[in-house]
Amino acid sequence: MFLSFHLTLHPLRLKVLKMISGYLITILITILIYAMLAHSLNLITGHAGQISLGHAAFFGIGAYTSAMLYAEAGFPFWISVPLAAVVAGIVGALLGIPCLRVRDDFLAITTMGINFVVEAIFLYIPFFGGAMGIGGINLPKWFGREMTKPEYFFLILVAFVLLLLLDRQLGRSWIGLAWASVREDEQAAGAMGVDVVRFKVLAFILGSAIAGLAGGFYAHFLTFIMPQNFGFGQSIVILCMVVFGGIGTRWGPIVGAVILGILPEISRPIMEYRILIYGVLLLAMMRFQPGGLLGTESILSKAFRRTFNRLSSSG
Amino acid sequence: MILLEVTKLSKEFDGLRALDGVSFTAEGGEILGIIGPNGAGKTTLFNLISGIYPPSGGEINFQGKSLLRLKPYQVSRLGIGRTFQIVRPFQNLDVETNVLVAFGHHVYSSLWKSAGPFRQPEIQKEVRALIDKVGLQPYFKKIAKNLPLGFKKRLEIARALALQPRLLLLDEPSAGLRFEESAQLMELIRQVRDQGIGVLLIEHNMHVVMDLCKRIVVLDHGSKIAEGAPEEIRSNSLVIQAYLGKEA
Repeated sequence: MFLSFHLTLHPLRLKVLKMISGYLITILITILIYAMLAHSLNLITGHAGQISLGHAAFFGIGAYTSAMLYAEAGFPFWISVPLAAVVAGIVGALLGIPCLRVRDDFLAITTMGINFVVEAIFLYIPFFGGAMGIGGINLPKWFGREMTKPEYFFLILVAFVLLLLLDRQLGRSWIGLAWASVREDEQAAGAMGVDVVRFKVLAFILGSAIAGLAGGFYAHFLTFIMPQNFGFGQSIVILCMVVFGGIGTRWGPIVGAVILGILPEISRPIMEYRILIYGVLLLAMMRFQPGGLLGTESILSKAFRRTFNRLSSSG
Repeated sequence: MILLEVTKLSKEFDGLRALDGVSFTAEGGEILGIIGPNGAGKTTLFNLISGIYPPSGGEINFQGKSLLRLKPYQVSRLGIGRTFQIVRPFQNLDVETNVLVAFGHHVYSSLWKSAGPFRQPEIQKEVRALIDKVGLQPYFKKIAKNLPLGFKKRLEIARALALQPRLLLLDEPSAGLRFEESAQLMELIRQVRDQGIGVLLIEHNMHVVMDLCKRIVVLDHGSKIAEGAPEEIRSNSLVIQAYLGKEA
């Protein structure tokens, strides 16, 4: 009440506030999409232990699928975005089956290669819009009007919460157990009846599909996409978030996405040297806190445990 | 009853014959010792049976079914459990989870079943019983990498037993263990045999082999040079030659 009264008196202020909230919601949506990406990479790299340096490729495949279905073929958002996940998942399966048979160190290089090839396809094949990219992608419609950005934020948030619930379910299932065994020791996992290749491919498909979904949301939010949005640098940014927050933990990648997502917004210099700063952070984390911010052995987790123990013993 | 039948099994690595026409059979409820000097091909034999790599020639039959072309996960699902010469527990998982992984061997073939929860009261009980059996109950929630070697070896056996195997391949279970640890492990292997499970035992400690096995297969340079009861093996001139070298 007070606020609205205040605002009606100062139309200029209203405008400024609107600008700030518009800026804020843009950052929030960006971070949420990064969180979804980090979460999806964590499925592949954290849970199943398969390194991927080309995750942005599947983000891009999702974004382009959704954009083209929407802007060129006229499909509604509610169909184009789920299809983005499906297509990214299918491409993930096709690429994952041969790739995941190779040794770990080859996998890093192969996935990196996939990223460059996918980016090049978007860039050089006119069908995909070339360097000009694809435009004319809008926010979804509901109740006969276009969604506002805050509404769109909540839509993505709901999808993400559902994905986290799925993740929890997987963590309690035999699939989660099989992934853990593959991550720890492939040969021993095989000797325990775990079909190693199959479970690796499953993680790759799920991770790719979720990245594709994030791509769909991203395209409709940006309204205009270009090949550069989905390059190797983007893959490294996603990987940094996962490693920074805590690889293999449920909340770590999300925390990583939030912190590394906000960082460039705080100051211009950070924005300009973003990749450099991320790279240094990645190296520092690998050296001093390889488990990430929320890893079981991290300073933060130990401090939490100490505090908790003190509280529970004194109470 | 013949459980495992190995016929003229050979394996070549880049022209090097690691295993050369080895044949033998193993039965349920029996511990078959496999001995031989270093490089005789013992571990290669285990890796061929468990499907880690395909043989260059020969045949392996388990309960009348050929194991050729089967992958490790398929072999283990048929009921062949194994341990590794250099222990490989799932290092960052706790003892309980290590054993739980193997309990999934009958659900992993179906993605749908694999999506179900692994915490089920009956399975929980069986895991506990198995961990008790190998004497690791005080370490139920301990991370595997923090266990001493002897316990890691027992953990590997518990994990292999969780497959409900008909045949167990044990690769040097007593290596690196103190005398008492080794004695406890041998007692465990006897119990396993008494359940009717067939055991193939690679072992360097002659006391252990002579004590546990009624029958022993001796390998040297990839070939079988002797097979028989411990007394026969002990006095076999070929075996003595393989271990001590030819008289000058």
